[in-house]
Parts: sequence; structure tokens; C-alpha cells
Amino acid sequence: MKRFAALLAISFALALPALAQDWIRTGTGVGGEKIRLAVPEFKLATADPKSAPLDKNFNAVLFNDLYQAGIFDMVSRSFYPLGAIGSPAEARLDVWAAPPPNAAMLAFGSLGVSAGTLQVQGWLYDVKSPQNPQVLAKQYREAATDDNARIIAHRFADEIIFRLGGGITGIAETKLYYISTRTGHKEVWAMDYDGAAQHAVTHLDSISLAPRVSPDNSRIAFTSFSKGGPGIAMWSLELGRLVKFPSFGGTTISPAWSSDGTRVAFSSSRSGDPEIYVCDQNGNNLKRLTETHGPDVSPVWNPKTNAQIAWVSGRSGLPQIYTMDADGSNVQRLTDQGYAVSPSWSANGQFLAFAWVRHYGPGAPGASDIYIMDVASRQWVQLTHDGGRNDFPSWSPDGRHIVYQSTRSGGEQIWSMLADGSQQTQLTFSSSNSQPNWSWK
Amino acid sequence: MILLHALVEFRSINPTNRPAEFPHRPHPSALALEDELKDNKMKWILLTLALAAIIGAAGCAKKQAPAAPPAAPPPPQPKATLSVSPDSIQHGGSAVLTWSTQDATNVNIDGIGDVQSSGSKAVSPGTSTTYRLTAQGPGGSIDATARLTVVEAPTPQPTSAAPVSDSSEAELFAQSMKDIYFDYDRFDLRAEDRAAISADAAFLKSHPSIRFTIEGHCDERGSTDYNLALGDNRANSARSALVTAGVPADQIKVISFGKEKPFCTASTEACWQQNRRAHFVYGQN
Repeated sequence: MKRFAALLAISFALALPALAQDWIRTGTGVGGEKIRLAVPEFKLATADPKSAPLDKNFNAVLFNDLYQAGIFDMVSRSFYPLGAIGSPAEARLDVWAAPPPNAAMLAFGSLGVSAGTLQVQGWLYDVKSPQNPQVLAKQYREAATDDNARIIAHRFADEIIFRLGGGITGIAETKLYYISTRTGHKEVWAMDYDGAAQHAVTHLDSISLAPRVSPDNSRIAFTSFSKGGPGIAMWSLELGRLVKFPSFGGTTISPAWSSDGTRVAFSSSRSGDPEIYVCDQNGNNLKRLTETHGPDVSPVWNPKTNAQIAWVSGRSGLPQIYTMDADGSNVQRLTDQGYAVSPSWSANGQFLAFAWVRHYGPGAPGASDIYIMDVASRQWVQLTHDGGRNDFPSWSPDGRHIVYQSTRSGGEQIWSMLADGSQQTQLTFSSSNSQPNWSWK
Repeated sequence: MILLHALVEFRSINPTNRPAEFPHRPHPSALALEDELKDNKMKWILLTLALAAIIGAAGCAKKQAPAAPPAAPPPPQPKATLSVSPDSIQHGGSAVLTWSTQDATNVNIDGIGDVQSSGSKAVSPGTSTTYRLTAQGPGGSIDATARLTVVEAPTPQPTSAAPVSDSSEAELFAQSMKDIYFDYDRFDLRAEDRAAISADAAFLKSHPSIRFTIEGHCDERGSTDYNLALGDNRANSARSALVTAGVPADQIKVISFGKEKPFCTASTEACWQQNRRAHFVYGQN
């Protein structure tokens, strides 16, 4: 009876907060304190008419990069003291250290244009150690264009993130590859990680799907209908055209690079049934890994070891996530129910992100949401909630972000978020955009 | 509210599907923690207790829902129509696609791209095409479709009899062959489709010169890549059944379109059933 009473108490403690909604958000910030960072606008160093608009662009990109990094508590700009800071001599650290800004770190600098050259000087100061405050001092010089202002902001942001984020390289200079219908056909497109500089990569007037950029950023492997049935096409980003890759016959789709760039895994029905294969990056040394009737698709390598492959199989009915060793042995089923597809393996090998309709079936119309699972323990966490159909998660190289497609705003669009599900940000708005893939660096 | 919660929890338990050894509690070191109750035994105990608690708590004051703010009128759902005239052309001919939309800020037609909110355009596709218009606006998104059938023109042949025979053979094929339909996420043939396979096999055996393609199609639900594989399994199920019934395998080509070329695009079971099929097409392109 005592036990019963204790359980009753627990049941109320746990069940009552769940009445409002059936999930509770906690986050990476809980327990671990974020560094409080202030980034006043960079001071104009020249009177060149080009410098003001470039400075505006630079400041917006730098602030957004540092905010998106997910490791900083950005000091609200309304707390900033008056007066621009263009050099260390102008930085009054005691004012920034005191409330209201109460900053731990201060990034500042100047931007000028002279004779068509954009010059940016940036510093990062540790506000709380006035004796020896300088953490970073950087100088950048490029042709004075909007693109370069953005690139310099990305570089300076990545320097700060590398220095203050535990030595993990930032993602401000990474790219996203995806499928867009903006030209009327499903083509491969590319954009910066923050949604800027969206542009078409392929112009094949066919159906292109599931782009995967190579680890050295030189090629994109993708599913293409350009030769009739679906096969794997290989696009050279250096040559700007398709390059040779064998046609394996049947429905050959969903290519995936090993992290050393030497091998490609994919699904092919060349035997009459979709199975997982691996081959060298040039198509040689084809080897079949699975032997079970039913769909086997969407392989991904464990990027840490390249000794394991996760994929999707319909061998037991609705699709589930499985793993196996890279020789096809040691098959393990990871998901236990529902409709689970689109695995993406985090760079450190620890987590799989995937799309899951967990409660599938009549009477339990679940939504397709993004989940991550700790591969060793198979414990999982749901990252998206209550917002349309979410699919095709792809990890950022720093393991702190996930990009994915969602219908929560209407049609299919591309979104990014931190890997705890916070800071969900829509990146595309025009036409239909899907199947994003985050570059390796 | 407690009762509602208990029912929702009950539905999500489904103990038959869940191996007991599967751990459902998020790892403490995981990035975010879901505070849903995931342990089966605990859930059953809590369910029982929650039900008991309803009786006990019947007299408790109801939890006050916060007063809803005055609702702003929701933006209207976009409207869209799309038609093609004529809906059937000879290969090389053209037809006019006409569309109109309301309350949409972004209108896109697959195969054409972003377009004005209403307009028309001449199209001349090489093969039968389903045009799909997507209108997005503040009130949501809506699709409209129109299918344009392209009849293969007789291919010029040196022999005078061939064109007529090819054309009539294609028409005969289209009239005689019955498509095969599938259940959701399945690629095995349904019992009621055995008759269609037998009739299709009989026709093909009496026309041994016909080369044809089996297209595998899927409905819009589920994931793009998985549906391509599933469509391949469907097309190959139809192929295997025909080969078993005596149709030579070299007459048949298989291609999967997954959910890329739907026959209709409404989000209804009637439409989804139309799209879950093995579709027979004359010729092998």
C-alpha cells in the first residue's frame, strides 16, 4: 500500500504537467552556461560611399553567424553602451563588463573601403581579464563586393567560434545542397548554410533527387532520371558538368559517400530487388551487402569509422532503420515501430538523425518528425513537434546543427535547427525545396 | 482533461509492437530530454492510477484554460484551378495549359517553374505529363493538377504496313492491359488482381512482338527515396507474375517513378489508391 501511494504521487507529479502539451523542451543550455558575447557594429574606417552598405551587410552576417552557432548568449543590442568601437583603444572594457551588458567577451572592429579594396580589422577581447584581454586580432583584405563582405564575416565568426567553442570548427563557411523546383524541374541547388546565395547547380531538365556532396566538396552524387530510369549521376563542381559514373541498371538511387571519399554506398534493384551495394568512388569493385526481399535504401556510412552503414529496410513491413558492418554482417534493427526513414550519421559517429512517424496506423495519425538516436544505447530524442511533415535530416560537420525539410509553412521548404531542436530557422521560401545535404567542411 | 490524457496515452502504448528490451528513456547526456513517459510498465501503472485518480479527483476544481485572445480572421486558404486543352495530343503536337489562383503569393507549376497568379501557356511535352500547380499563400498551400496524354505518333518505317500496325498495336495495348493496384506500403499482388494479370498475360502472349514498360508508382505519403524502392518492388511484382504466367522476360522493361509522377494529387485515399500501381506503357524508351 505504501508503494501504491508512492506511485500515485509520482503519477501526479509526472502526468499533470503533461496535460498542457505532451512534451517538454529542455536544451543544451540547461546546466552548461553559454558565453555572453557582445558584438557592436563595426566602425566605418573610410568615407567611401561603398563602405556603409558593405558594413551593414557585414554586421548582419556576423551577428547571425554567432547567434546561429548555438554556443553564445548574445547580449541584446539595446544594452550596448553608446559610441562605436573601431580599435582596442576605444574599447572601455569596464563598461562592457558591468551590467546591463555584463558581457564576458567582446568582438569589435572596423571596416573600410579604399581603391576598391575592402579591409576589415577584427578583435575578440576577454572583457573579464582587462590586464591581458586580447583573444584574437584579425585582418582581412578582399575586393570590395557584397559577397566578400559576407565571406569575411563568416571567416571572422568561424575564428571566434573555433576559439571559444572547444576547438570545434564553425560552420559559417559551409554549404547546403538540395533539390529545388524553381526552374520548373527538380534540379540540384546550393546555398550558404544561412540560406544566402541560393543558386542552381544542375540544368538537366529531368528529375534530380537526393544530392550528396563529396567530402572534398569537388563532386555531387545524386539520383537522376536523365537517362530514363533512376540511376546515380555524378556532377563535378569544378568542371560544372556531369562526369562518368557507371550505370548499374534497375532502380539505382540514394548514393552516400564514405567520409574518406574513397567509396560510395547506394541502393540498386539491378538484381530485381532493391538492395544495398558499395563501390569505389569511380564505380569499380561493386559489392552487394544485403540479401533480403523488399526495399533496402538510403545507406549512410558511420563517418567516424567507415566500418558501419545505417540504412532503411522494409524487410519486416513498414520501413525501419538498421545498421550493419560495412561487409554486410552484424545486422541490427534500431527502430522498433512506426515508419522510420532518411538516416544521417553525425560526424562523431555517436548519433543518427532520422525521420520517424512513430505512432503509425489507423487511429494514431502521427506526424513525420525528426529524431536523433544514440547509436550505442538506442535511446532517442524527438527534435521537431507539431509542425507538418519533416524529413531528410542532415548533420552539420560541427555536430551542433541539423538541416531538414518541413511542410510546416505550407509547401516543402528547408529549415535548420540546433541539434537540441531549438532555433528552428526557415532557409528557403520560393517554390518547393527538399532533401538538403550539409557539406563536410 | 485527465481522462483525455489517459486515452491519448493508452493509444500510444500499443504493447504488442514494442520489444521489452528496447530502452525508451532518453539518455541523460542527450541534448534534449523528452519528459513523456516511455517506460511500458510505468505507463500501464500510471494509466491505471490516472483512471483511478479521475474518480478521486472528480470534485477538484477544473484547470482553467487561459482566455483565448480575440482571434484574428485567419488568412484565406489559396484557391487554384488548372486545366489543359485539349487533354490528349499526338506526339509533337501542343496544348494550352490554363490556370488561375486566388490568395496565393507564390505559384509554381512542376515542369514550368514560378508563374503569375493566373495565365496560360502552350506546352508540347514528349510524353504524357501530369502538370501540378502549387499555390502557396499566407493561408496555406493547395495543389491542382491536369493530365495531358500524348499519343505516340506512328514512327516512320520503310515498310508501308508498319506504321498502321504499330499505331493500332499501341492502341490495342492501351485498351487491353489492365494496371495492377496495391495496398499501402505493400508490393505483393492482391487476390483480386490475379484476374487482371491473367488477362494481361493472355494478351501479351498473343502479341509476342510487343515490347513494353512496367512503371512502378507510389502515393504521396512517405519518403521520396523509400518510395522509389517500393515502386521498383511493385513493378517487379507485376513483372514476376507476368513471367510466371508465360510472358517472355525480354518483352518487359521495369522503371520506378516512386512518387515523382502521380496520376492524381488530391490527399484522399481514392487518389492515393490510383497512385499505388504498376502501370503498363507501350514501348521501351
